[in-house]
Amino acid sequence: MPLIVGMSMLLACQFVGELLARALTVPIPGPVIGMVILLCALGVRGKVPSSLRTTGEGLLRYLTLLFVPAGVGLMVHARLIQNDLFAIVVTLVVSTAVTLAVTAWVMNRMVQRRGGRS
Amino acid sequence: MKSGSLDELWVYLSGNPLLSLLVTLLAFALAVRINKWLGGTPLFHTVTLSIVLLIAFLLLTGIDYPTYFEGAQFIHFLLGPATVALAIPLYDHRERVRQLLVPITVACLAGIVTAVASTLGLAMVLGASPETVLTLAPRSVTSPIAMGIAEMIGGIPSLAAGLVLITGSIGCALGPIVFRLIGVADPVVQGFTMGLAAHGFGTAQSFAKLGAMAGAFSGLAMGLTGLVTAFLLPLIVALFGL
Repeated sequence: MPLIVGMSMLLACQFVGELLARALTVPIPGPVIGMVILLCALGVRGKVPSSLRTTGEGLLRYLTLLFVPAGVGLMVHARLIQNDLFAIVVTLVVSTAVTLAVTAWVMNRMVQRRGGRS
Repeated sequence: MKSGSLDELWVYLSGNPLLSLLVTLLAFALAVRINKWLGGTPLFHTVTLSIVLLIAFLLLTGIDYPTYFEGAQFIHFLLGPATVALAIPLYDHRERVRQLLVPITVACLAGIVTAVASTLGLAMVLGASPETVLTLAPRSVTSPIAMGIAEMIGGIPSLAAGLVLITGSIGCALGPIVFRLIGVADPVVQGFTMGLAAHGFGTAQSFAKLGAMAGAFSGLAMGLTGLVTAFLLPLIVALFGL
């Protein structure tokens, strides 16, 4: 039973999230709004029900598997990727490296400064 | 006669959701083995390996993507509840999140502006077609959000989802190197950065290699980046005159 109850809670949050996304016509996907809803609900409740924890942590353990079906969709765009292959590869690698460096550096500086002050 | 019935069996199986579901799980299991055998290197990410194995399988057997997806959609569907479930580690570490609210906000904005501006700038300088540039723009955002954004600004949603995945595996490979180069050891900072630059891949890797606290911050960064990018990207794209 815990899996069923936990899954129902997750799906209910996603469902309300999808409804809100439609109603507000924002480009934010339903599951992300659902995550915010669940977070608020947990804050009100004051603890994570064990059924929800079992289901949620089980799903998160296999998070990477869930990306595979969408990734296989790359095969549909082989021609388009081929045309701009060089630009795509260089952009992705360089930009990702720069983003990682800037984010980590900024956050590290601020966390250390706060740590030193308090 | 015998080969005829085998053909029939194959036609039945290849059009059946069961086969693509089974093959996806097997490919993933095999990819985990190969990755472990290669010493767990993020250069050959489990997801990237699974995707390559599956594309090879589909090309060899002549099954097209829509047919494959009919079965694989059952796995794809779980991405929704899994995203919702990210609220759990976030709630567990709410105190730490509250303490770090200012660094989180500033790092998030700096990271997003860097990601979008460097992507647009580089792709334009390197002469990618406008359609490709706009498809690349939301690449550091988790795929369901990226697809929505790409559609809104005039890119190709399904290609955007694919580029997001490649970005994720690149981020996982580069992350540890970049952290070592600039001397960042704090798992919270590492987790947050991985979630911002490499979305779900970064989050999964943070959970696995840096622990639940880093994973929670990674999930937070992923959600936050998605939300904020959805609002900022159309503005930045307009600034670049696209």
